[in-house]
Amino acid sequence: MQQPMLDTIQQLPEYQQLVKNRSRLAWTLSAIMCSAYFGFILLVAFQPAFFEQIVWGDTITIGFPLGIGLILLAFILTGIYVYAANRQFDALTQRIREQVQA
Amino acid sequence: MMTRQWMKTSLAKLSSVKFSSVKLGLALNFMKLRIEQSGLTKSSTALTLLSLLIPGLAYADGGQASSSAHVMFIVFVLATLSITRWAAKRTHTSKDFYTAGGGISGLQNGLALAGDFMSAASFLGITALVYSRGYDGLIYAIGFLVGWPVMMFLMSERLRNLGRFTFADVTAYRFKQTPIRVFSAIAGISVVMLYLIAQMVGAGALIQTLFGLHFEWAVSIVGVLIIAYVTFGGMLATTWVQIIKAVLLLCGASFMALGVLYLSDFSFDKLFSTAIQQHPKGAAVMYTGGMLSDPVSAISLGIALMFGTAGLPHILMRFFTVPDAREARKSVFYATGFIGYFYILTFIIGMGAVAFILGDPAYFGADGRMIGGDNMPAVHLAHALGGDLFLGFISAVAFATILAVVAGLTLAGAAAISHDLYANVINTQASDQQEMLVSRCATLTLGLLAVLLGIAFQSQNIAFMVGLAFTIAASATFPVLIMSMFWRNMTTRGAVAGGSLGLVVAVVMVILGPAVWVQVLGMETPLVPYSNPALFSVSLAFAGIWLFSVTDRSAQAKLERSRFEAQFVRSQTGIGAEAASH
Repeated sequence: MQQPMLDTIQQLPEYQQLVKNRSRLAWTLSAIMCSAYFGFILLVAFQPAFFEQIVWGDTITIGFPLGIGLILLAFILTGIYVYAANRQFDALTQRIREQVQA
Repeated sequence: MMTRQWMKTSLAKLSSVKFSSVKLGLALNFMKLRIEQSGLTKSSTALTLLSLLIPGLAYADGGQASSSAHVMFIVFVLATLSITRWAAKRTHTSKDFYTAGGGISGLQNGLALAGDFMSAASFLGITALVYSRGYDGLIYAIGFLVGWPVMMFLMSERLRNLGRFTFADVTAYRFKQTPIRVFSAIAGISVVMLYLIAQMVGAGALIQTLFGLHFEWAVSIVGVLIIAYVTFGGMLATTWVQIIKAVLLLCGASFMALGVLYLSDFSFDKLFSTAIQQHPKGAAVMYTGGMLSDPVSAISLGIALMFGTAGLPHILMRFFTVPDAREARKSVFYATGFIGYFYILTFIIGMGAVAFILGDPAYFGADGRMIGGDNMPAVHLAHALGGDLFLGFISAVAFATILAVVAGLTLAGAAAISHDLYANVINTQASDQQEMLVSRCATLTLGLLAVLLGIAFQSQNIAFMVGLAFTIAASATFPVLIMSMFWRNMTTRGAVAGGSLGLVVAVVMVILGPAVWVQVLGMETPLVPYSNPALFSVSLAFAGIWLFSVTDRSAQAKLERSRFEAQFVRSQTGIGAEAASH
């Protein structure tokens, strides 16, 4: 990419908005996933007794909804990112491309 | 064991047939390579014949799977070989070979990513872990999943926008080619080889148990088939093998989980209480039983699993098979869904195995050990749920799974050799045809090497290998990759020094740790007490990258930093990125 084109893109408000919004969303969702997972791992490492609580019926311990919940969380977070990206980031990228290639 | 008896009696007969047939297969392979280069894609009849030999050889009392397994497996082999033939006609350039022309859709790639990740080792291994340790098995499975969302948020779109064929295209974007390519190829090939040996040894043992085939035979068949898939069909054939296998595995596992729930009247409470009655651990099967009691090892394992996924070469390579960033992130969405669903199924299957086969004498030998080894609960449960026919299906799926994963690994390894080392370091003037030739030769070499190493490590304790592969991926590949995309001040020196530091620390600490020092080398106490070193090796890799970059004041470093802007804009917008060729 040549320098003049680079400068043009970087000055576009669409580009600045794309970078800002995407970084914010990506880092927020990553932080949610990492803190949920490492919180879970720390709980396993330091508070194993916590997992002995039965929350449903006679046998279902709290670890069961927690574990399935983490799997669902992973899936839901990726869904949120795809939804936001499809709605917003692609449109911004398209507008940037049109302006540069025009 | 019955397999052994059968093996002994027919060993002499078998080995003479074996070597000649393998030679035949390879000779035909070479022939086909020549034929194909001359433009005549005369396809897989030779290999088809070879595979038709299997039932005659394998159909023995030793194998646990019925003849239906052989029929289903042969159907799978024939189908995949015809796909390979179809793909070979569409594989003309290196872009076709490495990335299937970049025309794979998000859903297809999501299935193929899931196919790459859901190995036979993880299907059998995680159900076996749930079977023996209950809830701890689920903790392990979760670790394998949580890397995917992070990979999507921070890497998937950028990878697609920056790279062409391998992850090293991304790490090398603004750096000095030779050192960074050599480093990336060494890290990538180390991961691929460790993973490959683990898969081949597991494959040999599994096929020996299921089909009653001799270990060397089993490993050779896997080798010959994957060489055929990858050499002729490249990424396109590999992708479709992955997709078919992923669908089969998901269907098989769904059916098993449904069967388990049906037998429990669709009540988890009932399933778990039956399991608790059966399991020697009793109620402890429902909570964590100290597998991760040491906090450093627990966090280390978490880091290795989470960031290791984002550093596996065969996974990263799949991001270049889709047309654009949009399809790249969609593929991770689908992959996360399929893999998450699959791990929930493996937990249900593992608990079902505790509830319904533990204590059933049909599945245990006279010594009280499970027939076929500790990794077999899922296989026996398949028999308990669906009889011989379903056991046959699951056996065939397990074989298909091995083939698909090994093919993906071999392609990634071949790309590191031909694209990163040959075309970007050794002969930078190489033509597309030369690069293709080198990649096919590399595939052949890696396939043969995988067979030989699989046989060499047959009776070794290789339990540490997949863990080490993930740890190297998290400590060497991942830090360099993510920093190169996000950190302006990184330089070639920082990347190579930091990444190498992570690689060396990971390898040394695993060798001195309990998994190798005690369990493989037979020493009394490990010199490193932690079962996983990722906490240290990953931190040191990042620290090394930082230190050796900020202290780098060379003109080259200045140039590399100045190129960051262009790299960043392209990573965000995809302007200038590779388009799909068809």
